[in-house]
Amino acid sequence: MIIKPHRGQPLWIAFLLHRISGLGLAIFLPFHFYLLGLALEQTETMDGLLRWSDYPLVKFAEFGLVFLLAVHMFGGLRLLALEFLPWSNRQKTLAASAVAISFLLALGFLMRAV
Amino acid sequence: MQESTDILEVGVWRGDASGGQLVSYQVPRQSSQTILDVVTWIQRELDPGLSYRFSCRVGMCGSCAMMVNGIPRWTCRTHVQKVVQDNRLTIEPMRNMPVIKDLVSNMDEFFAKWKLAEGQFHGRKTRYDPIEPLLPDSPRRLAASAAIECINCGICYASCDVVSWNPAYLGPAALNRAWSLVNDERDIGQQSRLNAIAADAGCHNCHSHANCATYCPNELNPTASIAGLKRLAARAAFAGKI
Amino acid sequence: MAGFRLYLLQRITAMIMAPLVILHLGVMIFAIQGGLDSAEILSRTQGSFFWGTSYGLFVLAVSIHAAIGIRVVLFEWASFRGVLLNIISWLVFVVLITMGARAVYAVVA
Repeated sequence: MIIKPHRGQPLWIAFLLHRISGLGLAIFLPFHFYLLGLALEQTETMDGLLRWSDYPLVKFAEFGLVFLLAVHMFGGLRLLALEFLPWSNRQKTLAASAVAISFLLALGFLMRAV
Repeated sequence: MQESTDILEVGVWRGDASGGQLVSYQVPRQSSQTILDVVTWIQRELDPGLSYRFSCRVGMCGSCAMMVNGIPRWTCRTHVQKVVQDNRLTIEPMRNMPVIKDLVSNMDEFFAKWKLAEGQFHGRKTRYDPIEPLLPDSPRRLAASAAIECINCGICYASCDVVSWNPAYLGPAALNRAWSLVNDERDIGQQSRLNAIAADAGCHNCHSHANCATYCPNELNPTASIAGLKRLAARAAFAGKI
Repeated sequence: MAGFRLYLLQRITAMIMAPLVILHLGVMIFAIQGGLDSAEILSRTQGSFFWGTSYGLFVLAVSIHAAIGIRVVLFEWASFRGVLLNIISWLVFVVLITMGARAVYAVVA
């Protein structure tokens, strides 16, 4: 995907990340709710599906999901600050820090998981 | 002026409302050459039928705004050496506006949105009333002053993706002006302005991409102005005023 | 629902969810240690008023937030308008809140 020249700047990338992560989470959620709903009547099926989380590829996917959640939330907090608090030009630094913190969180998840 | 033997390959969009394409021209490269110089040279030496806008040619009026290598700029203030890639340039009419001819775009809708956002001043005093004292460093006046230098060049509007995706969206310039008037204590049209900026085409459409702030040649920040409008409208919504 | 009110609802649900997301991230990092199975999850959540209300609120907020978010994306990137846009937005909300409520009930009951 080639990004048009007027879009390459950091705050636009932050927007794109926020939108993509939101879409990813929205698609993931019904599957997540389905899995948890299995606890009602079908705990054996649930345990069977949970065993998939032992596989490294699945752990990597879970890491991705946690990253998406952290990115979306910290990006959202950045937006809330931008819109509702007195504004300054530190936004680019904050955007970068937001992604960094989410990555660290996701890393923490991965390290505990392995 | 020093001449060099370099030749610029310049792609200029030619056409009108029914369509068009990039046409290649070869322009001699010179030191201290602006994009406006390039366009003018093409029109004088190669094709007198090339249509383009300019006025002051010194970076004050904003008339010469065009897309240069995909980015909206004042062409009189854009030096070729700053933007040229491999001796190539691409010059197109402003994005998000219908084309009239070649590099001239139709700004009717841009100005219509200015009005829709209540971007004009509504005063109550006449010339016979005493002059209203305004402190230049009151918080509201500072906020208005920070946004007031807009000369309607349309660069922010051309760079805004929300305008591309939502044709009804009022856009950064109109909303920025509305914000400067919101902070003008002499203005008596604040309720209608509030209704305008909180309407379906209003400030909440902004996703803070900040292309507008990035490319505004006057270093204005419509994103921050629009954030101010969001705060204003939110307070008004909770107070039942909209 | 008017555009600006939807925007406010989006921001409000976001603010409600911020502490809940932190809670959820913390729970996940803790829970997956030593493997994950249904018994472990249920031992923590079953009969718990705290988990019931926390996750119940989370489900309500995310259903609203995601539905509005999807609505904006469909409007801007797929040019959906009018009745179709409203139907799909409501559909997203209904799917998420019914599946989510069931999930909360499943682990808390």
